[in-house]
Amino acid sequence: MELLDIRNLSAGVEGRPILKNLSLSLNAGEVHAIMGPNGSGKSTLAGVLAGRTDYEVTGGSVLFQGADLLAMKPEDRARAGVFLAFQYPVEIPGVNSTYFLRAALNECRKARGESELAPIEFLKLVKQKSKILQLDPALLNRPVNEGFSGGEKKRNEIFQMAVLEPRLAILDETDSGLDIDALKAVAGGVNKLRRPDNAALVITHYQRLLNYIVPDFVHVLVDGQIVRSGGKELALTLEARGYDWLTEPAAAPAGAAS
Amino acid sequence: MDATTDTIESFVNSDYKYGFVSDIQTDAFAPGLSENTVRRISEIKGEPDFLREWRLKAYRHWLTMTEPHWPNVHYPPIDYQAYIYYAAAREKKKLGSLDEVDPELRRTFEKLGISLDEQKRLSGVAVDAVLDSVSVATTFKEELARQGIIFCSFSEAVKNHPDLVRKYLGTVVPANDNFFAALNSAVFSDGSFCYIPKGVRCPMELSTYFRINTAGSGQFERTLLIADEGSQVSYLEGCTAPMRDTNQLHAAVVELIAMENASIKYSTVQNWYPGDKDGKGGIYNFVTKRGKCAGRNSKISWTQVETGSSITWKYPSVLLLGDNSTGEFYSVALTNHKQQADTGTKMVHVGKNTRSTIVSKGISAGRGQNSYRGLVKILKSATNSRNYSQCDSLLMGDRCGAHTFPYVEVRNSSSTVEHEACTSKIGEDQIFYCNQRGVSTQDAVNMIVNGYCKEVFQQLPMEFAVEAQKLLGVSLEGSVG
Repeated sequence: MELLDIRNLSAGVEGRPILKNLSLSLNAGEVHAIMGPNGSGKSTLAGVLAGRTDYEVTGGSVLFQGADLLAMKPEDRARAGVFLAFQYPVEIPGVNSTYFLRAALNECRKARGESELAPIEFLKLVKQKSKILQLDPALLNRPVNEGFSGGEKKRNEIFQMAVLEPRLAILDETDSGLDIDALKAVAGGVNKLRRPDNAALVITHYQRLLNYIVPDFVHVLVDGQIVRSGGKELALTLEARGYDWLTEPAAAPAGAAS
Repeated sequence: MDATTDTIESFVNSDYKYGFVSDIQTDAFAPGLSENTVRRISEIKGEPDFLREWRLKAYRHWLTMTEPHWPNVHYPPIDYQAYIYYAAAREKKKLGSLDEVDPELRRTFEKLGISLDEQKRLSGVAVDAVLDSVSVATTFKEELARQGIIFCSFSEAVKNHPDLVRKYLGTVVPANDNFFAALNSAVFSDGSFCYIPKGVRCPMELSTYFRINTAGSGQFERTLLIADEGSQVSYLEGCTAPMRDTNQLHAAVVELIAMENASIKYSTVQNWYPGDKDGKGGIYNFVTKRGKCAGRNSKISWTQVETGSSITWKYPSVLLLGDNSTGEFYSVALTNHKQQADTGTKMVHVGKNTRSTIVSKGISAGRGQNSYRGLVKILKSATNSRNYSQCDSLLMGDRCGAHTFPYVEVRNSSSTVEHEACTSKIGEDQIFYCNQRGVSTQDAVNMIVNGYCKEVFQQLPMEFAVEAQKLLGVSLEGSVG
């Protein structure tokens, strides 16, 4: 089933184009990796999909489960099942992590027509999910991301994802700043959450993460366009050869794999 | 102005839900202030000579004073002759019990969420309610009296406990302390009085609700609270007013006295009408609040959540006279629309080993201007004293302002003073992060602001902490869209 369909998407910041006619589609059950050099538009793509207002969409369309994603407010996208694991998770001083997550989950449940989860049931769920991520439960009594180490913040993102169970998870450079143990824990968490009815878009600089989260497809983003798509072996080629060979005139842009 | 600021700007539109006017018959003076006004107030209240003379002295002194203009607030000149200095709900006969209180009056207080009904004792809060200038009813009086606690209107205290009033009135805030305190001393019409005897731990929260009803009236109430040796009390005051397009004046005085080993916790949730979004109307809240830690090991703690008034000018302070005494000030002051606040505290350390803590959280939204002004004064005698101050400001949007004026004077070398300050903008990043988890912008702002104020809310009695959070939510409603 087609979960996400991006067609000819163009977007930029303050009149400067970043994404140029980008097309990509994801089916449920798939993991797609997006790789590319600095400044190629990877984080812009994540931001546009999540609804960041800093970006201006200048053309194209995005359908999520058949609905016009770009017309939805960020919170409605989240409630519909789009989850962004932030590259730089934000600190919210004084707001308890557990309280925050319960509010988030209940918003998503309300949107799905489900009843709110009572505190006790919620705590059970949290306990169960924190094991998957090997997350120190003490973190959940602290304010959201406040005083967390870089690794703790990233784990916390995946933990939130585990609790919210999104249909589409977008991981924006979740591997940056992680040591190998944290990387394994995060990747392990993502793998355990893989299901036939959800999909993930994994944005990364390095092939390293893809050793642990094995993608079905790899797309290379250069200068706002997908210049090549392939299987997981493409990531290894990139690791060995870099990105330059793809931007030489001979390399024709490939369409989205699906 | 960028798009993100736009969002925040559109968050600044909310209605004041306490803006109703009650149709209660009142006996009010004609506007105007003279020595005769002062005499008539005293006469109506049947006051003893000492009090009348005290008022007159204050009035004569007031005539020699000028209105202070050092606060960082701006308003047109006040015509003190244009205010009504006395307005009282008309009583048909002497009230025998609470049941005989004017039903309209009771409805007014019910709308405010104040139960004057002793049956509703579940709330466990003893309330003294002051409408316009006169105290209307005090609940739980008998129960408190069994422990020797006196909690009544100021007028009753003058009648029934004149010695206590005479002994303590003006000992913390002298009649000539400042312009507004002098005015209050001359014309105050009622207020609350509380005395906790030696060794008694007050079994319930004591609470006063103030409401200005009559148009064009000023409210000048006076609160005097004495905690005798080894006693403890927690006291809360709440304030609301109808929406009117003229500015009403509120100039109150609060005096607290804590004897040896006594502790007073005084919390305020102030929600006077703040004026409309263009700054028309609203209350001028010019208040003098001061506590005296008179004995060793005594403690006074002020907690205030200020969301109302068009202009706020107040500095709840503590004089730390007793050795080892402690003063605390926890404050959340919010200014939205065109509200202005110049607020803070004074901690004056006189005794040895005295401690003070100041946590001030200012929030500015819309075109609000918020100033923290504080003085920490450690005298030569106050050896080994300590102060910790934290003054944070939160800005929402790009048309509001936050200002900080901290003054520090230390006269000995064994004391420590710490000051931390931090100004932050409510981040679009924070809001987006919440949005991305499914939380709406309005809820996100409430969450972020409440998180920011947490240290202060934790100081409030439980149920009022909830009320304060809601109040903050309402005051910011519509400020981000």
